[in-house]
Amino acid sequence: MQDVVLALLVKEPLHGYDLRKRLTVALGPLGETLNAGQVYVTLTRLEKAGLVVQVREEAAVRGPKRKVFAPTAAGYERVAAWMAESVGPRADVTEFHLKLVAARESGTADPLALVDARRRELMSSLAEAQRAALAPDAGAEAGLLLEGVALRLRADLRWLEACERVWSGRTPGGKGRGNG
Amino acid sequence: MTRNGRRGWPRRRGMDDGAGAVRPGAAAGPVLRAVGLARVYGEDESAIWAVDGIDLDVPAGQMLAVMGPSGCGKSTLLQLLGGLDRPTEGEVWLGGQRIDDLGERALARMRRRCLGFVFQAYHLIDELTAAENVELPALLAGASPRTARHRTAELLDRVGLADRARHLPSQLSGGQRQRIAIARALVNKPLVVLADEPTGNLDSAATLDILRLFGELRAAGQTLVMVTHDERVAATADRVVSLRDGVPADDTALDSDTGTARLGTLLNWEN
Repeated sequence: MQDVVLALLVKEPLHGYDLRKRLTVALGPLGETLNAGQVYVTLTRLEKAGLVVQVREEAAVRGPKRKVFAPTAAGYERVAAWMAESVGPRADVTEFHLKLVAARESGTADPLALVDARRRELMSSLAEAQRAALAPDAGAEAGLLLEGVALRLRADLRWLEACERVWSGRTPGGKGRGNG
Repeated sequence: MTRNGRRGWPRRRGMDDGAGAVRPGAAAGPVLRAVGLARVYGEDESAIWAVDGIDLDVPAGQMLAVMGPSGCGKSTLLQLLGGLDRPTEGEVWLGGQRIDDLGERALARMRRRCLGFVFQAYHLIDELTAAENVELPALLAGASPRTARHRTAELLDRVGLADRARHLPSQLSGGQRQRIAIARALVNKPLVVLADEPTGNLDSAATLDILRLFGELRAAGQTLVMVTHDERVAATADRVVSLRDGVPADDTALDSDTGTARLGTLLNWEN
């Protein structure tokens, strides 16, 4: 959450209310699952850690003034590091989705490059699972576990295909014939 | 030019005949090569570039998986590489010889002697026994009946179906049929085996059997190019090329020495 918020601030300084609106757009109907106070809590934490700083206050139509935050130099560094780091084999769908959105919004990374890197990582994990499944000592029970692991990784890879199509703005199967 | 790929594979692994080692001449060039390969179907405005400019080098002994969504051109690519279809543009080289411009008869001979094909639907001849299916391409390639028979027995043993030699395809399971088809593909000791969705019709257990067999072929130095839409199958290759709209979108070498490091993270033992 901290990384996502920080990356969104790279594009332009925002206050918590606007940040929350951005996240809600990226999450769609799942935005409801985002706790109303989460963004403010995250901003406070980022400020304490010296990663964002308040740049001004804006008067709201109602209620208290809105604090507008921007990343510090350390904040920019952290975003760059987050974009460069591999998300790890366990990364969940939401985290990676928000990373793609943040990458595009902040212009700090090419979403398609992130998709490619992720695909390589998942394929390497899948290769490990398949090698283990093909090992002579993989019995029926262990084989079942490895099949579960492999199917999950395959699901992640198929979702990445969808990510690639959308982020590259291409339509699927525009050309070609037959069964590919 | 001489063909430089080692022909054939040892009966048993671990025999001291250079299995898995770099072969003499292997460094001389890729065993299979595509240069600017393109294939158009239709004309003018309805023209479809199924394969749209592919350069590909497959070194001897490599197991290459070609992936991609339906219609990305991967089956067309395999047909071009195997001389089953002619490119609109570009060249295909096999074992140092250009094959896309060969005459029909020379091409057919090249296919029979230097390539082995494995298809999703097996393509066995229903009226012939398992052994006869395997033997036939050897006889067509000019092997003596005795040599063909000997080679067939060896291959049936290798794919674990020596006891099914006299069965008809209809008496075999899908996985067994595909293993027969693989034995058939290998009977003429091809430079390259080309497989189009080899596990497409198979369940998980039979798929693992086929992948195990491919693993043994690879250990024996057999060059293998397979087209698959199953990531689990592609993950067993040395290298994965992903096609999009007839061009490679990604080309990744899979490291085979990572053990289970990633799986450890995946299974999350630390929590």
